[in-house]
Amino acid sequence: MNTVTLTPKAKPDLYLEVDNITPDRFAGKTNEEIAALHLYEGSTQHALGKFFDVAGSSGPTAAETKIVIKGDASRLKYIGMKMTAGEIVIEGNADMYVGAWMRGGKIQAKGNVEAFAGTGMKGGEIQIDGNAGNYLGSAYRGDWRGMAGGTIRVKGNAGSDTGYFMNGGTIIIGGNVDVHVATHAEGNGKIIIKGNAKSKVGGQMVGGEIYIFGDLEVPMPTFEYRKDVELEVDGTKAKFALFEGDTAERHPKRKGETIYGKIYMKY
Amino acid sequence: MAEYLIKNGFVFDPAQKIKGDVADVAIKDGKIVKSVEKPKVIDAKGMTVMAGALEVHAHVAGPKVNIGRIFRPEDKLFTYRPTEKNHRMEGGFSIPTTYKTGYAYARLGYTTVMEAAMPPLFARHVHEEMRDTPIIDEGAYPVFGNNWFVLEYLKNKELENVAAYIAWLLRVTKGFAIKVVNPGGTEAWGWGLNCLQVKDPVPYFDITPEEIITGLIEANEYLGLPHSMHIHGNNLGNPGNYTTTLDTLKLAAGHKAKNKFGREQVMHHTHIQFHSYGGTKWADFESKARPIVDYVNKHKNITIDVGFVTLDETTTMTADGPFEHHLTELNHLKWANADVELETAAGVVPYIYSPDIFVSGIQWAVGLEIALLSKDPMRCYITTDHPNAGPFTRYPRIIKWLMSQKAREEQIKAFKANDKVVNASEIASIDRELNLYEIAQMTRAGPAKCLGLASMYGGLKPGQDADVAVYDFNPDKEHKPMEIEEAFSEVKYLFKTGVPIIMDHKFVSEGRKRTLWVDAKVNENPQVVRDVKEKFLKYYTVTEKNYEVVGKHFIPNPYAIEVDATH
Ligand SMILES: [Zn+2]
Repeated sequence: MNTVTLTPKAKPDLYLEVDNITPDRFAGKTNEEIAALHLYEGSTQHALGKFFDVAGSSGPTAAETKIVIKGDASRLKYIGMKMTAGEIVIEGNADMYVGAWMRGGKIQAKGNVEAFAGTGMKGGEIQIDGNAGNYLGSAYRGDWRGMAGGTIRVKGNAGSDTGYFMNGGTIIIGGNVDVHVATHAEGNGKIIIKGNAKSKVGGQMVGGEIYIFGDLEVPMPTFEYRKDVELEVDGTKAKFALFEGDTAERHPKRKGETIYGKIYMKY
Repeated sequence: MAEYLIKNGFVFDPAQKIKGDVADVAIKDGKIVKSVEKPKVIDAKGMTVMAGALEVHAHVAGPKVNIGRIFRPEDKLFTYRPTEKNHRMEGGFSIPTTYKTGYAYARLGYTTVMEAAMPPLFARHVHEEMRDTPIIDEGAYPVFGNNWFVLEYLKNKELENVAAYIAWLLRVTKGFAIKVVNPGGTEAWGWGLNCLQVKDPVPYFDITPEEIITGLIEANEYLGLPHSMHIHGNNLGNPGNYTTTLDTLKLAAGHKAKNKFGREQVMHHTHIQFHSYGGTKWADFESKARPIVDYVNKHKNITIDVGFVTLDETTTMTADGPFEHHLTELNHLKWANADVELETAAGVVPYIYSPDIFVSGIQWAVGLEIALLSKDPMRCYITTDHPNAGPFTRYPRIIKWLMSQKAREEQIKAFKANDKVVNASEIASIDRELNLYEIAQMTRAGPAKCLGLASMYGGLKPGQDADVAVYDFNPDKEHKPMEIEEAFSEVKYLFKTGVPIIMDHKFVSEGRKRTLWVDAKVNENPQVVRDVKEKFLKYYTVTEKNYEVVGKHFIPNPYAIEVDATH
């Protein structure tokens, strides 16, 4: 695997849209060609090289290309958008839409990421060592097709609306989550919360699973207790109470059995 | 104004029965002329030259379209095209921005577009959006089929009052024609009901769709409007609805067009694809295009547009409120509904016509069957009921399917349940391939005549408006299906009223778009004046003064078509 290092030169006045920072775009290009790729600052197009020093070298394919953003990325939106393979390491904090519509490969954010990380994600892996913002692994505004595959792992906390319209894949949060989890979720996505959750967990949930290790401040009245189950969840063996809902939502049937959203509360 | 000469193109102009002859088209002072002296010459050698095309039915401006834009931000995702010279930013796919609407029609060679459903109360909004849609001339059809005034006058058989009310409404809303959507059914929806058959009674008003349709045909011909009564019939989109459609079409029998515009039809049935379904439920859903087209073929006082399903993710929107509610129950996607006091309503729901779903495949087949079985291309027009069956930007793809059996075979093969599609339709057995002359009839000469605008638009006769489209397409050469689609996706040159808009694929001007409306003069009618005043005092939440569309703010460049209907 070859590595391209991007070192931010100066803090831009506005936020930059850098959806070209992906192993797919960098693969097979010289550093000069990479520096010539475009980005947007507001409505103005610039060359990537205006804001970054480009060093190292790219691999012949996306899978053989690693990108390291060495420094502050808190004004960069859409890092790793639609990437299919390879790796990105973000050494500082990053702005919105990290790994949005990602299909494969791996992103590691060593700091915090802002909202909409993993929006519409279909595959691959996002690891966030700090905290995640709102709408982690969600659908784009207005869309009903949220995260459908892949894994997002957050060491810290996540904001509100995690897994909004989630249809598949796994989100694991080491810390706590804010309100609204798996709203409108359908299909077989899985959200594991190691810390505490607040309220509106599973609102309008049609299918999918939520595991809560800590406390749930205000449970939804539209989830019903079913039974206790022994499970191993992300390496932890424990007893969980299973609740099903959201009973105020429509629910499809599979082989004569009604499919519900499931919330597992750890004892 | 400058002179232009479009030289040596293959000209297709049904208005003059020119079928691909190599000829020159001369332009001066906004009009087509016989000859010019010192023109700027455009070399169209090896290219196809047609008049600018006309859209008879699309939802491109107004509150319903804007509800779609507001509640579907995802429709704009990855669609933005940044600002260029002579060209503002574009965005959106099925519900494009106003700017994109203008540019995208121009790119296809369209120069005149009719907004198909204007709620009178929101006419100001419709006109503001049309004002912000560059290049193309536009008009809008106010909806009448569920309007309380109309229902009351028709119930009392007061034809003169209906006509006077229509003339008043066209004038205050700056409307172009009489649009009817699910006659009676949308009003019934306010009572939790619908009208699925032409004889179903409308609650409270005690009138039937049949009486509304017939009454509005009579009023239209009493006024002698340029366009005919324009109807979206009852029972849209349901299996087995073709019998309702035949019942609707039969209501035109015995009526004759009376107007000075050369229009021959008394009924235009829109997006008839959605109304040509057999079967009793979705499981045995099938095409009934043939009985519908057979009826239309035999009756010259009817015109239709198709409403082709383009197999895209799109946004459905209609004044047929109950239908949209029905749709959201089917696909579980988001739904917006709006009532327009005293007048109409609307619903909006996203919809995916997936090639993997057999119903979508059959709907696709129904649209193409209607066009291919149609014997008179002058009476059958290309539309997608934009954006209901697909976005208008897919017209080049439809032209490809109409002109190439191979293209249709490829699409049939791509359907997941292709055997089901083939069994429930006759598309696979139709080998007709339309030629460019027939395409010009369906998109130029036909719609222009149907709208009563044939003296201005849809042809290249000296005296007509110089709306001219030049496509980089040589009809003498063999083409792969994809090349047809590509060529009609982007004009090489476009003139609107003699002004160069697109030159060598680049926008050079936004022209000076006009808003078409119909100014019908009728006898003084104190009763209608009194009734209007009373309804505004009693029911409307706005005053009459705040209702009317007046002034440059709404219509910077009006074009009134005058009709004398004093009797
Ligand atoms: Zn329509």
